[in-house]
Amino acid sequence: MTNSEPLLDVRDLSVTFTRKGGPSVRAVDGVSFTVRPGETVGLVGESGSGKSVTSLAVMGLLPRRGVQVGGQVAFDDDDLLTLPRDRMRDIRGRDIAMVFQDPMSSLNPVVPIGIQVTEVLERHQDLKGDTARAAAEDLLSRVGIPDPARRLKEYPHQLSGGMRQRALIAMALACRPRLLIADEPTTALDVTIQAQIIELLKELVQDTGASLVMITHDLGVVAGLCDTVHVMYSGRIVESAGRRELFAQPRHPYTGGLLASVPRLDAPRGAPLHPIPGSPTDVLRWSRGCAFAPRCPNRIEPCTDGPPPLESIGGRSLRCLNPLTETEEVATR
Amino acid sequence: MNDQTSAASAEKRASSDGLLSVRGLEVHFPIRSGIIIERQVGAVKAVDGVDLDIPRGATVGLVGESGCGKSTLGRAILRLVEPTAGTVTFDGTDLGALAGEELRRMRRQLQMVFQDPMASLDPRQNVQSVISEPLRAHGVGGDHRARVRELLDLVGLPASAANRYPHEFSGGQRQRIGIARAIALEPQLIVADEPVSALDVSIQAQVVNLLEELQDRLGLTYLVIAHDLAVVRHIADIVAVMYLGGLVEQAPSDDLYATPLHPYTKALMSAVPIPDPAVEDARQRILLQGDLPSPADPPPGCRFHTRCPFRQPTRCADERPALRTVAGHPATHRVACHWAEDIEAGRIQPAAEAVIEPDPAPDPAT
Ligand SMILES: Nc1ncnc2c1ncn2[C@@H]1O[C@H](COP(=O)(O)OP(=O)(O)OP(=O)(O)O)[C@@H](O)[C@H]1O
Ligand SMILES: Nc1ncnc2c1ncn2[C@@H]1O[C@H](COP(=O)(O)OP(=O)(O)OP(=O)(O)O)[C@@H](O)[C@H]1O
Ligand code: SF4
Ligand SMILES: [Mg+2]
Ligand SMILES: [Mg+2]
Repeated sequence: MTNSEPLLDVRDLSVTFTRKGGPSVRAVDGVSFTVRPGETVGLVGESGSGKSVTSLAVMGLLPRRGVQVGGQVAFDDDDLLTLPRDRMRDIRGRDIAMVFQDPMSSLNPVVPIGIQVTEVLERHQDLKGDTARAAAEDLLSRVGIPDPARRLKEYPHQLSGGMRQRALIAMALACRPRLLIADEPTTALDVTIQAQIIELLKELVQDTGASLVMITHDLGVVAGLCDTVHVMYSGRIVESAGRRELFAQPRHPYTGGLLASVPRLDAPRGAPLHPIPGSPTDVLRWSRGCAFAPRCPNRIEPCTDGPPPLESIGGRSLRCLNPLTETEEVATR
Repeated sequence: MNDQTSAASAEKRASSDGLLSVRGLEVHFPIRSGIIIERQVGAVKAVDGVDLDIPRGATVGLVGESGCGKSTLGRAILRLVEPTAGTVTFDGTDLGALAGEELRRMRRQLQMVFQDPMASLDPRQNVQSVISEPLRAHGVGGDHRARVRELLDLVGLPASAANRYPHEFSGGQRQRIGIARAIALEPQLIVADEPVSALDVSIQAQVVNLLEELQDRLGLTYLVIAHDLAVVRHIADIVAVMYLGGLVEQAPSDDLYATPLHPYTKALMSAVPIPDPAVEDARQRILLQGDLPSPADPPPGCRFHTRCPFRQPTRCADERPALRTVAGHPATHRVACHWAEDIEAGRIQPAAEAVIEPDPAPDPAT
């Protein structure tokens, strides 16, 4: 799986929301990344950084009105952004599946879970009747739902949040996707349930060889799961690296700042936290300089002269004019 | 060094006098049914027999899964919900015996900070009015403008904030406003219910640091409710772990982290992700099966036995364990498990299917 061709190749993706009478919002701004077969890729960033919009654009799920999408999203030999609707619908369901933070929003509340899972199997795997039902039961038990035969008859509201998320993952898997995009799949769940779901996702990736794009704001989740990590800020990728490199030595002041600001369960007590000043809403427009500049402790004059380019440095990509050096990183710990 | 001083101060705080003492506290919400004649058909045992002591000047952290009763416990302590049994003693006074004016006066001493700063602030009131509201409600005289300026300064907001409205502020700033309002009456105890969980990661630390700073300056005592164990470990001197209406373990923060004795605490800790691949790759995880059972119908015996990977064929399913001390651990470390000694010594091992060994697979070469 190492040097294979990318399964998904996102190039220069931009998404702009235009509103009548209001200013337009560029939610995603020139984002590029690839996902290889079997690879787990993390997209991390705070609220509003453009993670969900990126994944919705890849899935072709953005509203058609009031949205401008630019760039390319290559999957196999297709550009998903220009594919006709019906072809896109086929791919979504068969090759690419998505799991959302709120499982309730993707389940039909008035249809029993069993019928929803069975429908996916009938549509995408050409199974019928009892065979489809048996396969559905099998899927539910594979994602760790106890007593699946009984659960199949239940409605979404009768399941707990964790069980619903499992049911959704079961439905995503029903089509044996080659790519699974999970948008904050565990954010609404308790840590003990989160651990179950992440373990499940890991197993699935290992067993089926599927690729996974994991969207989260939790650096801890990324640390244990993702091969490659992209850190987003205000619609752009600011740093990309292998997870070991990234955590051992964050170079972007935002990445470093995030790591220094979260308490670690294994840190000695009394270890001070170093918050990032300001808030994620204090951003500069990228056209005027680095969006993180208003909060950045490393800011220098050129940072506000124009947008810093994304450059490759020592195996990682970095968008910063004055990155952290090794000693600085140690100092923030 | 830092470590030692904080350990010493935690020791000092833990051994000093108690400010709040909770005994046998129960909050059972009735479940009613019937159309013409309503009758009670059961009860949600949200809080079901809790003992908790909060020393003056200390921070006690309360952790546990969603629905285990943390908020209800916090609200019952402040008598925002009436306990169905048990006592809450604050500074020597039994709060349950107070009513009317006496209760109102006592309430000045106990304030609450909420998770969602926006929901707890009236959007039509400007910040001046929001923060001075408790002063008016309790008939505090003096120059409210000056007092609000002082409070804003304490929580790190400019004086000009007074004339603006809550929606003009970011989440972190709104939480500062909520805190300013909570300290306006100079309370002794603050119950903070998930004070940072609605905030963006990069600014959670700002609020955590502010709470710590205010404690040092104003001598506050905190009960901090949070589901994030890492936040609680950082902020609390003493941690109480709650499961399905009861406390299963309680200990000084460092002891709890170094030697968690209860199977639930062990599982909870092993589930918290740590932002460090080297640590994550080398960790053993204990996975729990299933979900929290319903507090309307809690399992008999040890409440945790239906999910416990260390469950034994005797006692667990029919005898409810009480909080108790364990030989070799300080008296302040208490645990409610029949088998704590055997589990600690390794004589009882978790069920094999619950244990996820570290992933030996090397990173894919890139
Ligand atoms: N339908 C929409 N119309 C207008 N703006 C939108 C729309 N959807 C998203 N945005 C804006 O796009 C930006 C990126 O949003 P996005 O949902 O991708 O963030 P995110 O990184 O997923 O954040 P979160 O962690 O909160 O889920 C935000 O500024 C948001 O307000
Ligand atoms: N007013 C009420 N009437 C009936 N049941 C209630 C009421 N308030 C809480 N409960 C129930 O009591 C139990 C404990 O709820 P509580 O809000 O205290 O949990 P919590 O630990 O704070 O959870 P979370 O982490 O989700 O905030 C839950 O089962 C809840 O549904
Ligand atoms: S008493 Fe039994 S079921 Fe409860 S925590 Fe201890 S070992 Fe587990
Ligand atoms: Mg999102
Ligand atoms: Mg709560």
